[in-house]
Amino acid sequence: MTRKAVTVGLSLVLVLSLMLISLPSAQATDPVLINAAGATFPYPIYSKWFDDFHKANPGVQINYASVGSGAGIGQLQAGTVDFGASDMPMTDEQLAQAKVKVLHFPTVLGAAVVTYNLPGVSTELKFTQKALAGIYLGTITRWNDPAIAKANPGVSLPNADIVVVHRSDGSGTTFIWTDFLGKASSDWASKVGAKSSVNWPVGLGGKGNEGVSGLVKQTPNSIGYVELIYAVQNKMSYGWVQNAAGKFIKADLASVSAAAAGAAKTMPDDFRVSITNAPGATAYPISSFTWLLIPVQIQNAAKRDAIKLFLNWMVTSGQGSVEALSYAQLPKAVQAKELKAISLVH
Amino acid sequence: MSGATTAIGRVLPPSRARRFIRRLTSGDEIAHLITLTFGASILLITGLLVLELWVQSSLARHQFGWKFFATSVWDPVFGNFGALPFIYGTLVTSFLALLIAVPLGLGAAIFLAELAPRNISDALAFLIDLLAAVPSVIYGLLGIFVVVPIMRTTIGPALKSSLGFLPFFQGPNYGVGFLTAGVVLAIMVIPFVISVSREVLLTVPRDQREAAVALGATRWEATWKVVVPFARAGILGSVFLAMARALGETMAVTMVIGNDPKISASLFAPGYTIASVIANEFSEATGDLYIHSLVLLGLVLFLLTFILNGIARIFIVATAQRGGAHE
Repeated sequence: MTRKAVTVGLSLVLVLSLMLISLPSAQATDPVLINAAGATFPYPIYSKWFDDFHKANPGVQINYASVGSGAGIGQLQAGTVDFGASDMPMTDEQLAQAKVKVLHFPTVLGAAVVTYNLPGVSTELKFTQKALAGIYLGTITRWNDPAIAKANPGVSLPNADIVVVHRSDGSGTTFIWTDFLGKASSDWASKVGAKSSVNWPVGLGGKGNEGVSGLVKQTPNSIGYVELIYAVQNKMSYGWVQNAAGKFIKADLASVSAAAAGAAKTMPDDFRVSITNAPGATAYPISSFTWLLIPVQIQNAAKRDAIKLFLNWMVTSGQGSVEALSYAQLPKAVQAKELKAISLVH
Repeated sequence: MSGATTAIGRVLPPSRARRFIRRLTSGDEIAHLITLTFGASILLITGLLVLELWVQSSLARHQFGWKFFATSVWDPVFGNFGALPFIYGTLVTSFLALLIAVPLGLGAAIFLAELAPRNISDALAFLIDLLAAVPSVIYGLLGIFVVVPIMRTTIGPALKSSLGFLPFFQGPNYGVGFLTAGVVLAIMVIPFVISVSREVLLTVPRDQREAAVALGATRWEATWKVVVPFARAGILGSVFLAMARALGETMAVTMVIGNDPKISASLFAPGYTIASVIANEFSEATGDLYIHSLVLLGLVLFLLTFILNGIARIFIVATAQRGGAHE
């Protein structure tokens, strides 16, 4: 009996103390907590932004889960996050399926670059759009094919089979790449199309940027594509690509921003635009925006104000920390257009 | 009348309750209930898993039906999905892994259990258990940086020049592909085969060995003809544990198989497995049919594991009966 009494007494004490512990936290004023999820490509800059923004505005905390663009769109459609993020604009069908009306806000720019491994060739190769599409369609199979050789006079290209490497995991980089190839070749557009994963006509799949670059590094006579940021951070050399104006351009932050500036004039009001093969003599053709997906109507006033405050901050002061992480900045024209669009959120 | 019933009603329940409490306090009843709950949770979890896979793949099941098993196209853009190349890749890589791992693992287990001095055996067994706990991504990196280059520059060409007349060893050799995936998987599952087989061999009663030796058998004959057959069921169990791991392995395989959903006789060719494609594409998949097709692949993998384990069970029971008839 006494043991029983002791047990009951102890458990009562435990329950009471638990209640006491939980009380103060319930009384403290909560910061505005905002949940977001989506693209992995811009995750480094997003986490820096959300951190900096929280320091400037301690009352707002934004949690971001980098679960992938597809999952981000899915969670936004289901209404389980306050906003989403994606490397590709939502399709009309996806917008129709969402419970809420969604606005797109471009945040930064990314690009895909061509990397290759040709023993004995040390110059940076130039690729025409037709050559890249042909290689990835499997119609150009040897390195000394005239389609490659003509753009690279003076380079002795080997008479060797091209080993094509692509991403095996679904990714925004693959979307940019296949979107570009679709504009370069009507065959690609009709047979393969553009998506985060496609039915590749030829090639080996590597997981992630590191998987692709690893395969390319190890396999003689191979070609692949990786994110510009990954190439820059790992000091990889990569090829020049012909743009819409016919010029060969090497990808860097300036030429990627130039692609966005070239597309800014024809930017639709919902910002859902592909800027691959953008006009402009200095534009790098395999570039893309990445977007935040914001619901038009946000019921919770505190959340709405916080999100609008963040968008304002992101488009203006936030852009200052972009280039340190190797992302290209939004051009001024796009920034101005976005500042206007923020007022649509209500 | 009513007073009598209430009186009885009052008397009876306390005694029943007291009996129940007595059984409770003795501990048996509690242990029974708790373990029953845990046991039932296995059924519950499996049931929920299948239900979830079944419900979440409804679109793909209605769209493709049984054709899903016979189609070898995987086209997320045009919404055309088939599981055949993934099933093929999963079976081929797992089979290759077992082909390499079972003889090696069994040989090592026999040495450790029967021939090696006890302290060496224990020390090595500890290391092997450690190997079994290495995360699979580490084996994947080992595959990329060690196995793939060796495959491309040494083993591949050697196989081509010696066995190149077989269709399995023809075509371009990129270093990544079915064979490399099989080798990396073999490295991963060998610790399971060794560890479990060794334990089983050690449990074989001493009399069995002594009887065999007394009848004039050599040490090897006693091991191979008496001890190993005695432990047959347990050894087969280790093989099927290894198979289950090989079937479901994701990360390491993805890193070395080439991720190309094609069916080819050549073991040098790149392939794809069910687990790999789910891991690769699920997070970025958009569109209901696409997601449902990936979930349906998960269901296919579950079925595949279920069927192969079922076959394994029947096999073990059959051999155990045969062994019993012998003795």
